[in-house]
Amino acid sequence: MHKINNLATVIDAEITSNRKVGAYHHIAFSVGNMAAHVRPGNFVALSVGGPGASTVLRRAFAIYRSTHLGNNQGQIELVIAPHGQGSSWVASRAVGEKVSMIGPLGTSFGIPSEPARALLVGGGYGSAPLFGLSEVLKSRGCRVDMVLGASTAMKIYAPLEGKRSVNSLTVTTEDGSAGTQGRVSDVIPALIDENAIDVIYSCGPMGMLEAITEIARTKGIVHQCAVEESMACGIGVCMTCVLPVKGDDGVVRMLRSCIDGPVMDGESVQWQAKRTIPEGTWGGI
Amino acid sequence: MFDFSTTLGSSRFDNPILTASGCAGSGKELSQFFPLASLGGIVTKSIMLKPRSGRATPRMAETPSGMLNSIGLQGPGIDLFLENDIPWLQTQGVRIVISIAGETVEDYAVLARKVRGVSGVAALEVNISCPNVENRGQVFACHPETARAAIEAVRRNVGGDFPIIAKLSPDVTDIAGIATEVVSAGADGLALINTVLGMVIDTSTMRPKLAGKTGGLSGPAIRPVAVRAIYQVHQALPHVSILGMGGVSNGQDALQLILAGASAVSVGTATFGNPLAAVTIKSELEAILINKGFNSTAEAVGYAHRAD
Repeated sequence: MHKINNLATVIDAEITSNRKVGAYHHIAFSVGNMAAHVRPGNFVALSVGGPGASTVLRRAFAIYRSTHLGNNQGQIELVIAPHGQGSSWVASRAVGEKVSMIGPLGTSFGIPSEPARALLVGGGYGSAPLFGLSEVLKSRGCRVDMVLGASTAMKIYAPLEGKRSVNSLTVTTEDGSAGTQGRVSDVIPALIDENAIDVIYSCGPMGMLEAITEIARTKGIVHQCAVEESMACGIGVCMTCVLPVKGDDGVVRMLRSCIDGPVMDGESVQWQAKRTIPEGTWGGI
Repeated sequence: MFDFSTTLGSSRFDNPILTASGCAGSGKELSQFFPLASLGGIVTKSIMLKPRSGRATPRMAETPSGMLNSIGLQGPGIDLFLENDIPWLQTQGVRIVISIAGETVEDYAVLARKVRGVSGVAALEVNISCPNVENRGQVFACHPETARAAIEAVRRNVGGDFPIIAKLSPDVTDIAGIATEVVSAGADGLALINTVLGMVIDTSTMRPKLAGKTGGLSGPAIRPVAVRAIYQVHQALPHVSILGMGGVSNGQDALQLILAGASAVSVGTATFGNPLAAVTIKSELEAILINKGFNSTAEAVGYAHRAD
């Protein structure tokens, strides 16, 4: 916490592939040595719109996977949902085009020092960073179970290679078009018990993270989540992406999700007070 | 030999490109991308007397060629700021402009006394675009009497070690009149312009998009407003230094502000889009000034006002 990711750099990253996968775009960028510094949970901030565009702010995207081959050869892959002006612009870029990228940014998921039994939970394209995390956890001897949820089957992002990296995969959709009908929070309690889960890692909409925090609290297990807040800069200078977080000293502060997050301890985030300044917040008015 | 240096009041800067307050964090966040000392100076985020949580979110809305923000001056308060942030900046070899903001005239006086003893301060920016809690939340910078009162409070308490730069709001009918008032109250220089008050309504919720309802508009969208304000103020007060800011994104933009009358230029919102914006603008500006045949930055200041 409170540590700037000092390995971040600004580069022009060339797009090497761009594939439509369900409702999303899977885009690979050639990034040189930037890939060597990426940890699961980190994100990148991309310029959108090209030179002279009216969109002056960057867009933050969780890193799906990073591959470093040494000798300045590296690749970062993103999974992008084209639902806004900026993400649609990125999704429509052709192979060979370059996009300004800053990364890696933000905190990463903590990896247990001993082999543990982990449950990874992703909502929509929020599943993206979980596959890289899964690979790291597996390489450390952890058991990895995964739950992916979305409103409908098209919005489940579960690539084949990702499925292979987990011990079990449970899918939920709200319309029942794939897997179990319902939400991820409907199936998590049973999975925790069945697989004797020690730690939950999650990424997705804030409402989902809040629900998982509640389950983790009831079950008495650790929950690390990657939060989603809109950012203007991604590098910690604009103070836009704050949310109320309780520190070890019991004091709630407005922390930046780009520098103190995106990965946070679920229990410390004051979910019920999100979008407000809860009473007693440090420096509260 | 081209002289890129500039002055604001009695302070000299190696080059005329600085950060804008509130757009460079504590400096540490940007220092991972370039050495801060390569800039003319760092203007720190406006600091208040006590710690501030800032406003609720959403705090930001992107707008055409700009953004609207309502951060609410989140910060650690002057004591922790002087204890933690300033010592680190002092190790970076960069010129430091401390920016202060108050809610009462007395706040400005106390803040000025606290900054007085700090070594290595190049200038003090006094952000008076804040609601005055003693006067129905009216912004200090929007009325000549309150703007004067805030600057007088600083002048009486700060001593003469570094210049005072009053940061003005463009949301007034006569900015040259306010400028004249704060200069007579003791300001050595002027920072022009602060953000322009605006609002965005979310058409899905059909309510203001920002939690604070209104916000400050910044970015290229307001650059013509900045150029106009600087031009008018330089015309009225040609001997008062101006630190210009407002939507500067490249060297040509910076040149516009200088030609209008700014002696130095702060880069703000552009840094959000590109952490290297300020250093890039600095290089571009130097090349442009040399290319146009200026021998120094000073020669270009206010050049748009020249008689034929």
